[in-house]
Amino acid sequence: MEENVKMSVHNLQFYYSGVPALKDVSMKILKNRVSALIGPSGCGKTTFLRCLNRMNDIVEGARVEGNILLDGVNIYDPEVDVVQIRRRVGMVFQKSNPFPKTIFENVAYGLKIDSPLSKREIADRVETSLKDAALWNEVADRLHQSAMKLSGGQQQRLCIARALAVKPEVILMDEPASALDPIATQKIEELIKDLKTRYTIVIVTHNMQQAARVSDYTAFFYLGALIEIDRTEKIFTNPAHKRTEDYITGRFG
Amino acid sequence: MNKKLTEKIGFLLLYLAAILVLIFLGIILLDVFSKGIGVLSWKFLSQPPRQGMTEGGIFPAILGTFLVSLITVVFAVPLGMFAAIYLNEYARPGKMTRLIRLAIRNLSGVPSIVYGLFGVVLFVQMMKFGTSILSAGLTLGLLTLPWTITACEEALKTVPKAYREGALALGATKWHSIRTNVLPYAIPGMLTGVILGLARAAGETAPILFTGAAFFIPHLPGSLFDQFMALPYHLYILATQHHAIEKVRPIAYGTALVLLGLILLLSFSAIWVRYRYRQKMRG
Repeated sequence: MEENVKMSVHNLQFYYSGVPALKDVSMKILKNRVSALIGPSGCGKTTFLRCLNRMNDIVEGARVEGNILLDGVNIYDPEVDVVQIRRRVGMVFQKSNPFPKTIFENVAYGLKIDSPLSKREIADRVETSLKDAALWNEVADRLHQSAMKLSGGQQQRLCIARALAVKPEVILMDEPASALDPIATQKIEELIKDLKTRYTIVIVTHNMQQAARVSDYTAFFYLGALIEIDRTEKIFTNPAHKRTEDYITGRFG
Repeated sequence: MNKKLTEKIGFLLLYLAAILVLIFLGIILLDVFSKGIGVLSWKFLSQPPRQGMTEGGIFPAILGTFLVSLITVVFAVPLGMFAAIYLNEYARPGKMTRLIRLAIRNLSGVPSIVYGLFGVVLFVQMMKFGTSILSAGLTLGLLTLPWTITACEEALKTVPKAYREGALALGATKWHSIRTNVLPYAIPGMLTGVILGLARAAGETAPILFTGAAFFIPHLPGSLFDQFMALPYHLYILATQHHAIEKVRPIAYGTALVLLGLILLLSFSAIWVRYRYRQKMRG
């Protein structure tokens, strides 16, 4: 069982300018599984997600305590290069953020950061990534047009392709479909199911049905604490805690 | 009173205020244009003044203003840009940062004649550049620096945080993200601000008065350490210091027209740069 653990979080505490946002969170994130983080707004699920690739480092006044191990190595160890961590743990943001460059340049962006790849290899990688993100067929004939012209759903899949291009091991998704229509959302969800064979995925979502549809494990956060984490069917059919049940049945949120 | 009527009167007042601005600008432009256009010719633009500045052209003044502006840009733009990048991207909020910002804000309020005096002490005397194009250009550079920094910072602020985060999340270092995913989108905005600052500097008289501008020199400047003639100073002389003010009035207006034209040209190029940038960002 242990070798299937991709990341493990131990007693994570997080403070914004001294105000605690995460309280003693510990959990395991399993390899090639989709873990969903749910909970009401302000419960700390996005903060938690951003701890997993140290994106919170850039937040003014942020302080982290505890350990997060990636393949057994603490990513908060002072010896560890944060840039390497972010290459291994990719991220897709809530609001799709294509850069105002061409579609090709967007996907190639991460590849061109001190990488030994040739032009040819970059072009190949861009194509594979766009195919993996199920976007290739829609953009193959206009790779050199601005990414800003794509629809919202296409932009988000482009951001996924961009994250895939640098070959991460883990992909963090922060409500990736919250701004999308149902059809675009469905495409993203199918993509997530497809990607988990090769990647470990952690997804924050507000949408309970989405968590139920795409995830293998679900973690419920409330007021900065992890209330429970279990197999998704278990959480949605027979949660151990009253609060979890109240939340998933819509009694509060 | 009737609510609708109040609103109408309020709207009318605002409208009049806006129109008034337009009227003043129109009058100034019309006045300078109608009185200056008469002397404007290729000869006027390409020849030096002759006969005690009562005849001939203003070429040395145009060249002088151009050269001084060049020094201003070369000095103030990189310095202002780097300072803005530091302040906006790297500086942590604290006493020091607040002090720097306070200094910048106060510098922009210092009267230009004070910059002139400072330029004399620092560049002309201490650094021994003499009264020269270099000293005057550097003095104007100092004058525009607060504007340049502020404009560059504003331009950096318009670049969404998501571009920075997006790049970092892909494994870029902070500097790589700024260089490849922030600056390219900020530079047009920076340029707009820089050009407007330059337009202001090019029209200044006081800072160059003691630092390098000459009443009249018979030859063109041969190096950056030479004195020079400049459009605004030339205009000042023709309008107030000349022995035959009435006689040279048309030349003075011609000089004013050229200076105004130059500055309008700079302003329009700023508008053009901004327009192109918006087009590009929309994709």
